[in-house]
Amino acid sequence: MYRYDEFDAKFVAERVAQFRGQVQRRLSGELNEDQFKPLRLMNGLYLQLHAYMLRIAVPYGTLSARQLRMLAHIARKYDRGYGHFTTRQNIQFNWPKLVDVPDILADLASVEMHAIQTSGNCIRNVTADHFAGAAADEIEDPRPIAEIIRQWSSLHPEFVFLPRKFKIAVSGSAHDRAALKFHDMAVEIVKNAIGEVGYRVLVGGGMGRTPYIGYVVGEFVAKQDILAFLESVMRVYNQSGRRDNIYKARIKILANALGPEEMKNQVMREFTEIRARGTLQVPDEELARIDAYFAPPEFEELPDDMPAGDKDFQNWIKTNVHKHRAPGYAIATISLKPIGGVPGDASDAQMDALADLMDTFAITEIRVSHEQNLVLPHVRKRDLPAIFARLSELGLATPNAGLITDIIACPGLDYCDLANARSIPIAQDIAKRFADLDRQHDIGELKIKISGCINACGHHHAGHIGILGVDKKGVEYYQLQLGGSGAEDASIGDIMGPGFGEHEIGPAVERVVKAYLMLRQDGERFLDTYRRVGMEPFKNMAYLDQLYAAH
Amino acid sequence: MPLIKGGSFVADPFVLIADEAPLPDVGGAIVSLTRFRKDRDTLMARNAPIGVRLKSDESPEQLGDDVHRLSVVVIEFPAFRDGRGFSWARMLRTRLNFTGEVRATGAFLYDQIAYLVRTGFDAFEVPDGFPLAEFNRALAEMSAVYQPSADGKKTIRDLRSGK
Repeated sequence: MYRYDEFDAKFVAERVAQFRGQVQRRLSGELNEDQFKPLRLMNGLYLQLHAYMLRIAVPYGTLSARQLRMLAHIARKYDRGYGHFTTRQNIQFNWPKLVDVPDILADLASVEMHAIQTSGNCIRNVTADHFAGAAADEIEDPRPIAEIIRQWSSLHPEFVFLPRKFKIAVSGSAHDRAALKFHDMAVEIVKNAIGEVGYRVLVGGGMGRTPYIGYVVGEFVAKQDILAFLESVMRVYNQSGRRDNIYKARIKILANALGPEEMKNQVMREFTEIRARGTLQVPDEELARIDAYFAPPEFEELPDDMPAGDKDFQNWIKTNVHKHRAPGYAIATISLKPIGGVPGDASDAQMDALADLMDTFAITEIRVSHEQNLVLPHVRKRDLPAIFARLSELGLATPNAGLITDIIACPGLDYCDLANARSIPIAQDIAKRFADLDRQHDIGELKIKISGCINACGHHHAGHIGILGVDKKGVEYYQLQLGGSGAEDASIGDIMGPGFGEHEIGPAVERVVKAYLMLRQDGERFLDTYRRVGMEPFKNMAYLDQLYAAH
Repeated sequence: MPLIKGGSFVADPFVLIADEAPLPDVGGAIVSLTRFRKDRDTLMARNAPIGVRLKSDESPEQLGDDVHRLSVVVIEFPAFRDGRGFSWARMLRTRLNFTGEVRATGAFLYDQIAYLVRTGFDAFEVPDGFPLAEFNRALAEMSAVYQPSADGKKTIRDLRSGK
């Protein structure tokens, strides 16, 4: 994985010193909250319902054991013993004290981490396929280009005060595990007709109150040109993105207003000029230098057989272990969705123990997925039984990756200043209803995503079943959306109708699933059935009880 | 309003002329884009330096070739959140090759000064009493940069490859 050189290290150290000064000026009263706010946000520090919240960047979701130990240390020393992994592959701490934050950032810098640009109207932490470098279906590891983008976008003087936040995702596989089409901008590694590798660039995807699927603005951008191309898109957005209405300020609104042809024209005008200047070209040596950091570990020649084990182990293998590019190896998902738990939370003890497990089994990195799970990317198949046993002891072996209880949920009204409704208790309730593993396997792949407000941090638009919390005259209601997908077949879920109360939403989801089980044909996932039959039968079933109650 | 240029406070040789106000007989004048369009010929005939003050939604490209007849382009920051000015300054420097003064005015923050300098601003209207030491400190906080901009500063990549 990437290692800071002297320049990266100095950059982050100076940033910590700068923020320490800003915090001192705030604590002494020299800065008021209004003046301090944009400064703290640029360093990932939010003021939430109950306390400050610090969001730490995990670039493209990759962590070393050493970094994971530091996160455990921070959870223990400065927080309440846990951290929350987010849908943007970051980690959040919910209870830090302002006076401690410079020390936390200094601790992070000591393991080559930071919280730069995890908030604010700037280019946010770059995300990537969590199976990067390990997936069997990958053209190239997307993380080298993600790292190049990370460096380019760090304190970019022109793009730190954009109309709104800007999220970039990168993937190197035809199978989209990074929700590319829901990002402000996405870079997809592709091969052209003559076998050259380059980038397809999409813009204008997004969720929030006006969801859009992104469209292609650059069909095939040469490797050396990628930063010039991205900078061109940013400049078009910075000049023309709306600033009169916060809800219309994301690039998706501009992209939709301009349409693909005009957007391409404007981007190409900038691109031609920037490329001609040459200063943003990424030379082959630089690409090679960054690539080298991400070279895969040397894979041993191992038999490709899956080890035997008891039923629990087999169940875990079935959903949480995925095909690796190297024979004898596997990718393992560590579910952070124990039944009845808080999606995405991990304790300091769990993080420390995982770091130990990585050392024991010579696993050099761990990934944070946008589905709020952790991933061990390079595991020897023969080690899987021992790893499973250890994960079981840690409460980290829930065999539900991709199943109905593997629910994405934002922090919701339990923590968040913006939320209208709670998300976590709804996720917990639904998970408990479907806790039976045989039933989960029968239901198969079904992605439930829950947001506590229209900002859609829980990706409800992209859920096979999406749940949106709304506030109606002080009472929490939950709207159902069906048919969304964040994968390569991206789609925005359709709204079913009137919302359900907090005690009705769980039963309504059960009825929707029951309808699927009745309607499905051979091999159909929930999403496939929905796409075939449409909303009507699901709607009839979901509101069934209310219909009876009304008569 | 105090003006910082070239690392120190300087006297402002320009006067900002309101749209309805008569043009002074002598001396540098800064006018709005609207006024510039209306009185372009008169301004050009005055034989004194001209400046145009652009609102944050006015691209310097709207000046056309006239930009090279100007001594100063002033870019307004109506609120610190409005970051269009950074792109306008950079466009002036790298697309239009404008070599005159690019001046920032308005609600920019201490912590934006370094970004302003990087994108091509070289003059700064600051609030009364703003200490020069603070201005210089803002420029010294981050010593190295990752990306090229209008200031021609060596990037970390340049430094890595020994350029």
